[in-house]
Amino acid sequence: MGVLEGKVAFVTGAARGQGRSHAVRLAQEGADIIAIDIAAQIDTVPYPMSTPDDLAETARQVEALDRRIFTRQADVRDKDALQAAFDAGVAELGPVDIVAANAGIAPMSLTPQYQEWTDVIAVNLTGVYHTVEVAAPSMIERGEGGAIVLTSSTAGLTGIGGNTPGGIGYTAAKHGVVGLMRAYANYLAPYSIRVNTVHPTGVNTPMVVNEFMQQFLQADPAMGQAMANALPVELVEPVDISNAIVWLVSDAARYVTGVTLPVDAGFVNKR
Amino acid sequence: MAGRVEGKVAFITGAARGQGRSHALRLAQEGADIIAVDLLEDIPGAPYHGATEADLAETVRQVEALDRRIVASKADVRDFGGLKKAVDDGVAQLGRLDIISANAGISTQMAPADELDEDMWQNMIDTNLTGVWHTVKAGLPHIKAGGRGGSIILTSSEAGIRGYGNIAHYVSAKHGVVGLMRTLAIELAPLSIRVNSIHPTQVDTDMIQNSATYDLFTGKQGSTKEEFAAASQAVIALPIPWVEPVDISNAVLWLASDEARFVTGVPLPVDGGNYLI
Repeated sequence: MGVLEGKVAFVTGAARGQGRSHAVRLAQEGADIIAIDIAAQIDTVPYPMSTPDDLAETARQVEALDRRIFTRQADVRDKDALQAAFDAGVAELGPVDIVAANAGIAPMSLTPQYQEWTDVIAVNLTGVYHTVEVAAPSMIERGEGGAIVLTSSTAGLTGIGGNTPGGIGYTAAKHGVVGLMRAYANYLAPYSIRVNTVHPTGVNTPMVVNEFMQQFLQADPAMGQAMANALPVELVEPVDISNAIVWLVSDAARYVTGVTLPVDAGFVNKR
Repeated sequence: MAGRVEGKVAFITGAARGQGRSHALRLAQEGADIIAVDLLEDIPGAPYHGATEADLAETVRQVEALDRRIVASKADVRDFGGLKKAVDDGVAQLGRLDIISANAGISTQMAPADELDEDMWQNMIDTNLTGVWHTVKAGLPHIKAGGRGGSIILTSSEAGIRGYGNIAHYVSAKHGVVGLMRTLAIELAPLSIRVNSIHPTQVDTDMIQNSATYDLFTGKQGSTKEEFAAASQAVIALPIPWVEPVDISNAVLWLASDEARFVTGVPLPVDGGNYLI
């Protein structure tokens, strides 16, 4: 029997990468999934973003585990659309116990433009705020507690990310997520709703493993060196982040809240 | 279904009762064999009794009831030689070492920093900081010899990441544990040996369930358990007065398991949001 049997989880950015891994890993432990993704391109993002086919593949993998999944294309920047998607998911699968605010972009390029800042703050910070805002009221009203995990980054704890509007904005947004986490952890604690952040180092996903990100990193050799992990591993796998999220949202971590949890192969500690 | 630490061996200090016993049981439930040590003596200045031989025997009984093996002995974390012998004997019998849980710790005199007795200060540092270093120093050669990596979990405290009045020796030792963890994490990363610390808030064990600790939290003499519960809950964000030993064990287990294979150098609070407030 899974450690999340009978729970419902709301996962943003669920079409591929870490988000798909979270959906599958949570489903393996017994949860049903409300999966949201933009499944479309944002102009300042140099690598190809997810597609409706990707989101359908996530649905296929969750259903193969005999769990239910509700999918909807929605942009975390659009709170009304996100609320509508959440509400439709709850109507189909029941009330949400778990939130994984995972959706994020990395608009770092060698032809920087101001709009990168605007977009990355909108998705990676405001989008996380929207995600909690659309889910938390129903969790409070239900009175059964719950667990929220916000995906930050090692760039949420250190000043990395690159000196471009997209890189600076990424670091600022991911630090901002820690502020959101701490504030929500305080406000939601009386309702036994826990809120934590995870801070991945580089993860083997299309957001990191693409020609544009590699060009961006290689353009500044000092940065490539600064990105090295302590443990002898170049990139961690999506499932490593998922395993941290499964632990954080399970009863094994029933009294863990307000915590910044790096899953970073020792990256932050070695700096 | 295979346990999450199936086939591994864990060395646990302070294993006769409280958090240490809970760690031994939780790891054994998930398939580990255990090397357990405890001081089994009263601690000068402590407002509670030390663990007994009967306590350690009970830990042994409970681990064996899970069909796991356990090698238990009396050892003092302040005495490196004795501790090393206990681990060496345990590894000789159980064949390997993968996990270290440096859990042994004490709580003693409570007074402003300039009024703490010198021997109370020294014994605290010797036990709660040097004892942790001894524990790692004694176990590490065996983990290295396995060549399979490993996981070291140092039990610090909420007092390892924030200050508290009237226990400067405890706060200093527990902060020191974080420095040791951060350094070991760097030194051992190339060998895939991970090192993390856990920071519990108040845990429901003999070490805090005593009148001196009640008074420390309430700020008045002769406080009751109910008054302590209210004062303790006031510093924890979640609506709870304290956490249970198994909550710390669940964090130890996760850090020890492959689910956390890329988690190292992390101070992990298990504190109900104590750090937030």
